[in-house]
Amino acid sequence: MSLGSLIARALTVSITILAIALSVALFLGVEKIRTGAKASFADTISGTDLIVGARSGSVQLLLYSVFRIGNATNNLTWQSYQDIAARPQVDWIVPISLGDSHRQFRVMGTTPAFFERYKYRSGQSLAVQDGAIMDDLFDTVLGADVAATLGYGIGDPIVVSHGLASFSQHKDQPFRVSGILEKTGTPVDRTVIVSLRAIEAIHVDWQSGAQRPGQSTPADVIRNMALEPQAVSAALVGVKSRLQVFGLQRSINEYPQEPLLAILPGVALQELWQIVGIAETALIAVSAMVVVTALIGMMATIFSSLNERRREMAIFRAMGARPRVVLALLVLEAMLMAALGAILGLACLYVGLLIGQPMIDSAFGLWLPIEPVTLREIWVLAGVVVAGAIVSMVPALRAYRMSLADGMMVKI
Amino acid sequence: MTETDPILHFEDVRYRWPGRASFGLNIPDLTLARSETVLLLGESGAGKSTLLSLICGTVLAESGRVLVAGQNIAALSPGRRDRFRAEQIGLIFQQFNLLPFASVQDNILLPLRFAPNRRKRVTDMPAEAKRLCIDLGLPQDVLSAKAGALSVGQQQRVAAARALIGTPPMIIADEPTSSLDAATQATFLELLFAQSRAHGTTLLMVSHDARLSSQFDRVIHMADIAKTDRERA
Repeated sequence: MSLGSLIARALTVSITILAIALSVALFLGVEKIRTGAKASFADTISGTDLIVGARSGSVQLLLYSVFRIGNATNNLTWQSYQDIAARPQVDWIVPISLGDSHRQFRVMGTTPAFFERYKYRSGQSLAVQDGAIMDDLFDTVLGADVAATLGYGIGDPIVVSHGLASFSQHKDQPFRVSGILEKTGTPVDRTVIVSLRAIEAIHVDWQSGAQRPGQSTPADVIRNMALEPQAVSAALVGVKSRLQVFGLQRSINEYPQEPLLAILPGVALQELWQIVGIAETALIAVSAMVVVTALIGMMATIFSSLNERRREMAIFRAMGARPRVVLALLVLEAMLMAALGAILGLACLYVGLLIGQPMIDSAFGLWLPIEPVTLREIWVLAGVVVAGAIVSMVPALRAYRMSLADGMMVKI
Repeated sequence: MTETDPILHFEDVRYRWPGRASFGLNIPDLTLARSETVLLLGESGAGKSTLLSLICGTVLAESGRVLVAGQNIAALSPGRRDRFRAEQIGLIFQQFNLLPFASVQDNILLPLRFAPNRRKRVTDMPAEAKRLCIDLGLPQDVLSAKAGALSVGQQQRVAAARALIGTPPMIIADEPTSSLDAATQATFLELLFAQSRAHGTTLLMVSHDARLSSQFDRVIHMADIAKTDRERA
């Protein structure tokens, strides 16, 4: 009966439901992005015990070494790197050298051990979807997004630019694509990986950030050079026993020859989330307010429908319905609207995810999984329905009082 | 409260509209026997609607007693009073009787939701709704139609069917024919009389139209039974 009354006012009711649906979809979407972002951040690095770099902030080191966001303030000298590598606690160490770019993507110099040691999403290893890991000095392995965005295939030549967003190019030493990695959902997807020696190789004829005029050493000559790096941006370290992590961290942080910083990736991620936490809370608050606004909109529609429905209520009263029934009818109606809105909002979310998933992934590198409804989401939806009921009490109580006063003799 | 009690009895009832100290209604004595058909005539503003509200218990007398089927309705709790009204009285208004968005059948069966005893008297609700429709001269397929789609005359018959279902002891009709043309009016009244006689129902109809008088057992003039005080206090 309540449903029939709703259908009779289909237009206003459907607009109200739509508003609730959109607000619910927004709220759940924000929730989804938040948890997705958190998960994808946390999934970016695993299996690495320490990240070592020049002394700066732990969040900054994490950002540039793992997320390719921002730049290293200083480098880690090759001497220190080798010194750390030689420590008895160190099981493995992988250098990372950043600073050059190819188009919009960063170039990272590393050793083949990177492909073995770098782990993401609770211990998954990198895998090559096409081709092989670099063999020659001028070979490069591309992240999945790099290859997809720029349309590169195996064997294509690419030229690396000096620095980021720069016009000077290392055009004398072009690279050849030897392999393309599987998609990981991490910043590796947007990285051009070359060997650490290659980073030195392309800078052979360079000094102070510019090519020496007229000097160009042929590639074959470079291949035979020693190419020992002066410094690297950072290093990923694995220890033999987890018990040694803190000891090694302290000794690196107190390294006398050079100011260095060693961080635990998990701890740095936590710090990062604390910073992001405020924005996160604000985002949730705003989307929650949108839901509240939609519900207040519903209250307004119920209010404005009261007058035209006075007769309807009088009929109910005349038939023997208690004023309480009139109240319950309106609350039930509001709950129906809120529930329909919530369900429709959920549907909107899934449709939005289906459409937006690849776009969000390519634009922000954020992979939002399409999963069954979580318990938390069910609570949110239930909360919307309950809030709808509470909000509708205001007009319902008014109708209650009106129908008490009107009785059943409404002359309109 | 027995079957032998008069269906309606007013004892020295005084009622004063809230907020209007100068306007009150005073009904010293009014009794309606069971199965009686009564026409209540009165000018606008004579207090007819107030009288009906007093019978239905949506307003309560300031002093005196209103007994419906022997029950002093003021003695009931508001919730019990609502249910009592649903059990005892079938109501037909002037117009706009129906929930326009609901089907004719839902409209007819509506009072049974609030009146368990009336519901018990109806064994097969859709069949009973259908029977009433046929008896009141409505087309058979009308049951599933939306009430709002019917003509005014048809709507009034549906309202009559709704008042009659579950055979309440009394039917109150508040100028049910005023929105109908003369021909429809006559048919409607005939059907209503036939039905209420068949079930021994008391019919109290309120009107300002004295031409209907001949069809009723008894005619009461508002002016004879009630005193309205309009003097300035």
